[in-house]
Amino acid sequence: MPSEPLLSPLDQAHRAAGARFTDFGGWRLPLRFASELAEHHAVRGAAGLFDLSHMAQLEVAGPQAGDGLDYALLAEHSQMPIGRAAYSMALSEDGGVIDDLIVYRLGEERFFIIANAANRAAVVEALTDRLTGFRAVLTDLTADRALIAVQGPASARIALAAGFAVAAELGYYRAVETVWRGWPVVVARTGYTGEDGFEIACPRAAAEVAWQALLAAGGPLGLVPCGLAARDTLRLEAGMPLHGHELDRQTTPFEGGQGAFARPKKVDFVGKSALAARPVAKRLVGLAGQGRQAARAGYAVAIDGERRGRVTSGALSPTLGHPIALAFIEGPAPAVGTAVEIDIRGRPARYEVTKLPFYRKETP
Amino acid sequence: MTAVPDDRFFTADHEWVRDPEGPKARVGVTEFAAQALGDVVFLSLPAVGDDVAAGAECGEIESTKSVSPLFAPVSGEVVAVNQAVLDAPELVNADPFGEGWLFEVAPTAIGDLLDAAAYAPLTEQAAG
Repeated sequence: MPSEPLLSPLDQAHRAAGARFTDFGGWRLPLRFASELAEHHAVRGAAGLFDLSHMAQLEVAGPQAGDGLDYALLAEHSQMPIGRAAYSMALSEDGGVIDDLIVYRLGEERFFIIANAANRAAVVEALTDRLTGFRAVLTDLTADRALIAVQGPASARIALAAGFAVAAELGYYRAVETVWRGWPVVVARTGYTGEDGFEIACPRAAAEVAWQALLAAGGPLGLVPCGLAARDTLRLEAGMPLHGHELDRQTTPFEGGQGAFARPKKVDFVGKSALAARPVAKRLVGLAGQGRQAARAGYAVAIDGERRGRVTSGALSPTLGHPIALAFIEGPAPAVGTAVEIDIRGRPARYEVTKLPFYRKETP
Repeated sequence: MTAVPDDRFFTADHEWVRDPEGPKARVGVTEFAAQALGDVVFLSLPAVGDDVAAGAECGEIESTKSVSPLFAPVSGEVVAVNQAVLDAPELVNADPFGEGWLFEVAPTAIGDLLDAAAYAPLTEQAAG
């Protein structure tokens, strides 16, 4: 990890806005602008604007780009229609998760990938290695790009008002390349909050004008700039995994609760044989508690007095008003409603296994 | 930069104490601490009748993202706890030096305390 953090192209704008910063994945990013609870509620009720310029932006292009990604990653990318997004993962040879990422097919021979900042080097290394022998070229675009997300029920109106005309008809988990105020941009209807929203990848030089345009268009509709603190509680309520917590190299996609994305693929891919042979040693479950004291990552979880696992992420849910947690439980999966006990710094707290996600947006 | 009122004393751990020599020393956390913690969502405070020791951990303050120990700035018996802040921990963020006070102690000894002039420099780093 470099000692000097990498800076977003919006760093100056964030400082001018009074953001409080944190180091994340080697980058300096806003933790919050004012109140992370107010930011969280804004995304659930109206919209929030996130700077995600730390995330790795990669392109894989060439006649065998789809076949190469089929071999390199978990999902079946060669079969994706153009304009489609797919949740996927880079697995290690033994079936652990190097990173989870989203792959967008922008053309017949061109794929765009957004991966986690902390795993950028590992993903680049894995893809470089695995694409050898395929007619496909990997390019790391991160240093020249920015990524801005507008998330929340008012997102479509805000994106339209800011001049992103494609927002009107772009479907969920779809992406399109377009031109905005002369800049080439990728607009995707994806996110990490459990709400409707868009992620907009643009040239680094366009970041500030895009950020300000979205803020100006969204302000009257309730949009506020949001930091990583709100992003984390939003994704947790939505039951979405965070690499390093619910997913890592010691965890398979099945154990990390992402088995639905790991449909068996006919073609060979890195990690396939290990995944087929490796038993499921633990399961990710949702836990709900009472009161206001949150279980945090690493706390021990017991069932019937026996230690069975540990919390991977936990918070007092701002939307639900009670504590929620994700946890790995070893052995057989406990049924919804099972009582568990979490050791909160020496004090036992009663939680219950609950369905995931904790929060689901109302569908219109 | 955050406010540092000069009518009270401070610890290097960012607690404040008013009237540390009693009869009722009121304790809270500073605006600097409140801003660093983020939105406070849960407090674990000593109860009336508990003895606290200057410099020793006497409770916990939880924000959405973290748990921080609370250290007593003075020794003595707790004589009052702010029920309003237990019911609405966000008072710590809204008014850390006023309505967001935490508890009161009948002091028997004071810890290492700083006056406002000595404490203020501790709030100047990490302003961003």
